[in-house]
Amino acid sequence: MTLALSRPAMASAAQGRAHLDWLESEAVYILREVAAECANPALLFSGGKDSIVLLRLAEKAFRPGRFPFPLLHIDTGHNFSEVIASRDALAAKLGERLVVRSVEDSMRRGTVKIRGIDASRNAAQSVTLLEAIAELGFDAAIGGARRDEEKARAKERIFSFRDEFGQWNPRNQRPELWELYNARVAPGEHVRVFPISNWTELDVWQYIAREALELPALYYAHRRAVVRRNGLLVPVTALTPPRGGHVESLSVRFRTVGDITCTCPVESIADTPEAIIKETLVSRITERGSTRMDDQTSEASMERRKKEGYF
Amino acid sequence: MLTDSIEAGADAVPLHTGDAGAVLRFITAGSVDDGKSTLIGRLLYDTRQVLEDQLAAVEAASQRRGMAATDLSLLTDGLEAEREQGITIDVAYRYISTARRKFIIADTPGHVQYTRNMATGASTAHAAVVLADATKGLLEQGRRHLYIAHLLGIREVIVAVNKMDLAGYERAAFENVREAFEDFAERFGERAPRLRCLPLSALCGDMVVTRGGNLDWYAGPTLLETLESIEAKSEVGAQPLRFPVQLVQRNAERGRTYLGRIASGSISAGERIVVLPSGVTTSVAAIYRGAHPVPCAGAGDSVAVALDDEVDVTRGDLFATTAEPPTITRDVEATLVWLSNEPLGTGSRYLIRHTTRTVKAKVAAVRGVVDIATLERAEPSGPIGANSIVHVALTAQQPLCVDAYAANRSTGAFILIDEATNQTVAAGMIEQHRDIT
Repeated sequence: MTLALSRPAMASAAQGRAHLDWLESEAVYILREVAAECANPALLFSGGKDSIVLLRLAEKAFRPGRFPFPLLHIDTGHNFSEVIASRDALAAKLGERLVVRSVEDSMRRGTVKIRGIDASRNAAQSVTLLEAIAELGFDAAIGGARRDEEKARAKERIFSFRDEFGQWNPRNQRPELWELYNARVAPGEHVRVFPISNWTELDVWQYIAREALELPALYYAHRRAVVRRNGLLVPVTALTPPRGGHVESLSVRFRTVGDITCTCPVESIADTPEAIIKETLVSRITERGSTRMDDQTSEASMERRKKEGYF
Repeated sequence: MLTDSIEAGADAVPLHTGDAGAVLRFITAGSVDDGKSTLIGRLLYDTRQVLEDQLAAVEAASQRRGMAATDLSLLTDGLEAEREQGITIDVAYRYISTARRKFIIADTPGHVQYTRNMATGASTAHAAVVLADATKGLLEQGRRHLYIAHLLGIREVIVAVNKMDLAGYERAAFENVREAFEDFAERFGERAPRLRCLPLSALCGDMVVTRGGNLDWYAGPTLLETLESIEAKSEVGAQPLRFPVQLVQRNAERGRTYLGRIASGSISAGERIVVLPSGVTTSVAAIYRGAHPVPCAGAGDSVAVALDDEVDVTRGDLFATTAEPPTITRDVEATLVWLSNEPLGTGSRYLIRHTTRTVKAKVAAVRGVVDIATLERAEPSGPIGANSIVHVALTAQQPLCVDAYAANRSTGAFILIDEATNQTVAAGMIEQHRDIT
């Protein structure tokens, strides 16, 4: 079989926008099921684009009423400051309760041990998340994960059961038929719920454009000092110093925004959602592959982290 | 470089013009031996959904395993255990977008011990791609996959006669398989799925996305063209209104509204509807979609509905057309796909989750077990374990608003939950129901 890569065909996902209506209705239905079936749910809100989409979907599901859940952010202490500012501004604008729990508190308690100040805290989020779920008694945590992101996530249920240790067992998931979601858990257990499971990166950007959602500025093209390392553009920050690398100033944007120590931007001049949609249509590399140092360690790194409670 | 490709391509993007439904959900069924994962890999690759880093990972993995060529099937298996064993254990979801529509693919396992996982994927699918090996014909597993697709109400089945390269691209090999499938499908009677058979080679790519050069005698559409042309709006829009209430909301702006997703039919402001099971009739005062009032909404839409009268409505109630309401009953005859490793017992009590309603139910009688090889119904010869297809009579503690599954997938489907373990133990499809009125 020949596998010479030809230039990506541009036919990709240039349908009208009717599929967005379908995806929106599905997500609204899922959010309302959580409200109906779970006693004490929370919505995981990081200030990133996927969780900003989730908030708009929650507005569609529940306005003019209040959200039937608080927003929960697990702060690694390594977040980009504009993302935190945007997180707080959006929560305030919506008038919804934002609960923040911090990986640094877990480090002080000794439940998280990190090698150094600049080591990635991405995996450590799982510990703090599980501590927050236990402390606040949540029986459901709504997240913005998508099945197109990564192959372990392609296997995830929409209502995904977590045992009393917060663990995911991918080999023994609850069957999930029709729209008949089973959210039942015993005390101490919980479900993770993924209303935008069936969305792709492109769907998310098309929805952001259609709904005119405000995102942190770093999702759009801006100049930034970066160092090229292992095929990634590592941003130069206090936590990610150049380490002798050649510092360049490039026009870049972030496709995903997470812990500073493991998130990299891509070269881009796209400064509007429409321009990003065009770039996404012709992108030749996956969202996480181009931007996440933590996913590149092995074929199964996401699966292993998810089993430990990562969302 | 990025700028170059945008200029070269983005303006050439054809806009979506078809109205066959913006999203098509389909399953793929077949075993590794049929080349199912290779076919999906080929679909993803030839529609340019595979990106460079994914391809690099697959190439590296193929080399590690000592394979001569890049194994496209590695694109689809997601779990460590699946890659180790070279099998698909659980449903994986994949996404393809073309100029015509978005596709959601449920890649389902083929082995008999994973029948339940195929049923899971089939439950939400409009169409099924069933693989057959051109050199082997219709085997027991092909019959099983066709039967499960039929059982779960899939009306559109594409039989992909694969490995035509190994059959010398001979027309006779294809025709033999096609006839065998068509003869078998006739046994399902008037609800038999529509079969579309096509020859292809997933390995070489012929008739998957492009026509290739080896199957000139075949004049029909490619697999992708076939998938693009299937009607996904199907029947649900034309069926009578079924609106299961998810939540009741009350606020100053809208008063009391009922939140839910329209399972079938459509709803319009001013329309007379009946609230079930109470049987009270009233009119629709307003319909809201998100922030906006809309004059009407259709199947699949999530909306909020306000009624003219103060009516007692809670989660689990259902709005229907007054002309064609569903049946209100506590007793149903149903076909179950048994999902649990704990066997089914006559007289056992479960929770039945039907639309948005959850009540207690008991298995009043086991009518028989379907032998999945012969499709004959027989008395159970031992414990009814996982992956069994079984006919039962169920009695619910409270009335349910049901239609036969063949007439309406939403009001004809249910799951059974074990209250002690909270496990989903069965998927059920209502065959008949006794009217209590």
